[in-house]
Amino acid sequence: MAAAIAAHESGVKDILLLERDQYLGGILNQCIHTGFGIEYFKEVLTGPEYAQRFIKEIKKIPDIEISLKSFVVDLTRDKTLTFIKPGILEKVKARVLIMATGCREKTREMIHIAGTRPSGVFSAGLAQKLINIEGLLPGKRVVIAGSGDIGLIMARRFMLEGAEVRAVIEIEKKTRGLLRNVVQCIEDFEIPMYFNHRISKINGKDRVESVTAVKVDDDLNDIPGTDVRFDCDTVLISVGLIPENELIEMAGVQIDKKTNSPVSHELNKTSIPGLFVCGNSFKVYDIVDSVSLDSEIAGRLAAEYLRKKI
Amino acid sequence: MKPFDILIIGGGVIGASIARELSRYRLRIGLVEKEEEPAFGVSKSNSGIIHPGTQNPAGSLKARLCVQGNILTRKICKELGVDFKEVGELIVAFDETERGRLLQLKKEGEALGVPGLEIVDSAWLKANEPNLSDKAIAALYAPTAGIVSPYRLVYDLSENAGRNGVKFYTGAGVEGISQRGERRFEIHTPQGIFNTRYLINAAGLFADEISAMAGVDDFKIRPRKGEEFLLDKKREHITNHLLFPLPSQTSKGILVIKTSDGNPMIGPTAEDAADKEDLSTSDAGFKKVLLSAQKMIPSISEDDVIAYFAGLRPSAGKDFIIRHEDKVPGFINVAGIQSPGLTAAPAIALLVADILKKNGLSLNKKLIFHGHREKTMQLFAIPQEKTRRLIKKDASYGDIVCRCEMVSAKEVKDAIKRGARTLDGIKFRTRAQAGRCHGSFCTTRLLKILSESIEKPVTEITKRGPGSEIVKGNKSGD
Repeated sequence: MAAAIAAHESGVKDILLLERDQYLGGILNQCIHTGFGIEYFKEVLTGPEYAQRFIKEIKKIPDIEISLKSFVVDLTRDKTLTFIKPGILEKVKARVLIMATGCREKTREMIHIAGTRPSGVFSAGLAQKLINIEGLLPGKRVVIAGSGDIGLIMARRFMLEGAEVRAVIEIEKKTRGLLRNVVQCIEDFEIPMYFNHRISKINGKDRVESVTAVKVDDDLNDIPGTDVRFDCDTVLISVGLIPENELIEMAGVQIDKKTNSPVSHELNKTSIPGLFVCGNSFKVYDIVDSVSLDSEIAGRLAAEYLRKKI
Repeated sequence: MKPFDILIIGGGVIGASIARELSRYRLRIGLVEKEEEPAFGVSKSNSGIIHPGTQNPAGSLKARLCVQGNILTRKICKELGVDFKEVGELIVAFDETERGRLLQLKKEGEALGVPGLEIVDSAWLKANEPNLSDKAIAALYAPTAGIVSPYRLVYDLSENAGRNGVKFYTGAGVEGISQRGERRFEIHTPQGIFNTRYLINAAGLFADEISAMAGVDDFKIRPRKGEEFLLDKKREHITNHLLFPLPSQTSKGILVIKTSDGNPMIGPTAEDAADKEDLSTSDAGFKKVLLSAQKMIPSISEDDVIAYFAGLRPSAGKDFIIRHEDKVPGFINVAGIQSPGLTAAPAIALLVADILKKNGLSLNKKLIFHGHREKTMQLFAIPQEKTRRLIKKDASYGDIVCRCEMVSAKEVKDAIKRGARTLDGIKFRTRAQAGRCHGSFCTTRLLKILSESIEKPVTEITKRGPGSEIVKGNKSGD
């Protein structure tokens, strides 16, 4: 939304905004905690409130056509994209394209946690959606793998729902989340944090019954004999985010295999001229305010690209 | 309840194949499955390879039924609308000793009746399998090897058998078998007591226990674990063929497998397991599989792995056990069906029909047998123009639920209509949750669709049956 609004402010008149979900705002909708907007709006907002500011703004602009539940199935180098939505398959050719596709969470599989595959293993974001949007409680005794921000925030969320968070287990020496989240979500609730540890095994046949954790050395190798077992019914995985760039990869944009971001020397640009990527799909940001600010730059870059073309 | 002519125990590919084959005849047939859905046992972890018939001991049931099954599977897939791709396989040699063994395997394969075997050299390999290690010097090419989706095959066989009158009971683990005279079996399950004249044991890992209940305890099923690792669909074209190393005494080795869904798979390991329910994977297994796969395709990286699982092979010795137990008339064992069981399944079904006939059951064809079923639509597998037409016909084909694998609400609802009762059941049928995000984005939507369709609260929806509920309840205050 920030990119679309900025492009419009820079003079672009014909903008189509495709959103695959049924509402605008993306992941902000499930982030009901506060801490958003301090930089951008100089106010402390919740995720939905932050999104709502942009939604209100964008709806005032008739030049921006919003298409929800719209899923892009194909993208080519010449910026022709095919999308489907209930009842429709449509092909559109854009002169300039901005991708703001965000991230997905790394999974248990990506960090190769061995063991069984029972129910009760969730990405932190899925657990957040289940609690905050669907009103469901994913589990009652929780162990969190990794100390990413969503994991930390979910630790507090589970405690507030009366569940017990048995441990946060982080393979690195220190947290990968924001300091304020460590203080407010972990220390204030006296949740034990285990650094230099990794979950080596998930146990349980139908439902998670326990996890085994093991201490690792400086090279992240397991130290034999340091196994600890935590009984739990739920494991949250919070080990980082991966930009969702499969579509531009399909179009032929050069992608860095390690980060899944476009290979680029300049902010928001890709190896295809006129195809821009912004926000978390360009690189993973710590706070949404930076996402909005950098996305506005993408919007302006797109407008500039169009002017030069004419 | 009126007695069945035939009751089949086990809803895997063997039980389903037998059920479908016998549903041509005027018989009352039932099938009991202990899990919540068919294919949830041994079949769900099958690699999906339709073997050409090499590497089986001469004169064995495996050898004969595998070669036959390879031919029959094609016909059945066509009738049921299951994708079968004849991709061919390469057994790869890395040194001169291994090259010598290829010749031996070729000779043995030809003696078993495997068609089209050919030794190919490194130039052929470079041209036709460019990502293969340049250390490979030759391979045995078996063009008739193919791939199917093992669980979709089971679902479609079951559905078709159901259409032809077979009654299915899930959550019906057999607790006891009693006999009320010759060819009068009474089968006790949580879903009730079933009476039958003929009893077919296709219980996979538990076939020895079922057989013992019926009074025959002369074999033991030893589970052998195989860990498999799936790669991202982006690597779909990493190979053009199924790649095998030279086989060892006990297994076909660690393979690079093409799958029906596109994701390549590497594995499986082969370790004896102590427990028939131990489906855990290990760090050691992962390392072993990765190294072995990299020996063939050096560009496979640890980061390509998006999923993994373990399966258990129901091993009962060197060969399949398929026989009428004369000491318990009417009782037929179909046990120890490990590799190449999936390939052999349709031939096993024919053999079982024959055994029944020889043991006094008359097989009279029905006037009408519905042999064909309409192919299940999957958006990810069809061209865009077809997608456009489908969406026009039914708008909900355009309502994408699973973004990674492009699965629509319509496909999910169809899967439920066809019998999916769990999230795994939806996954195996449609691929929703099987992609790189592992259901992070679509689980909530699937929970709601399933809950509405089968009219059960979300809190009772399970991953794969009772005990595997997804959530632990409602949020406080909700």
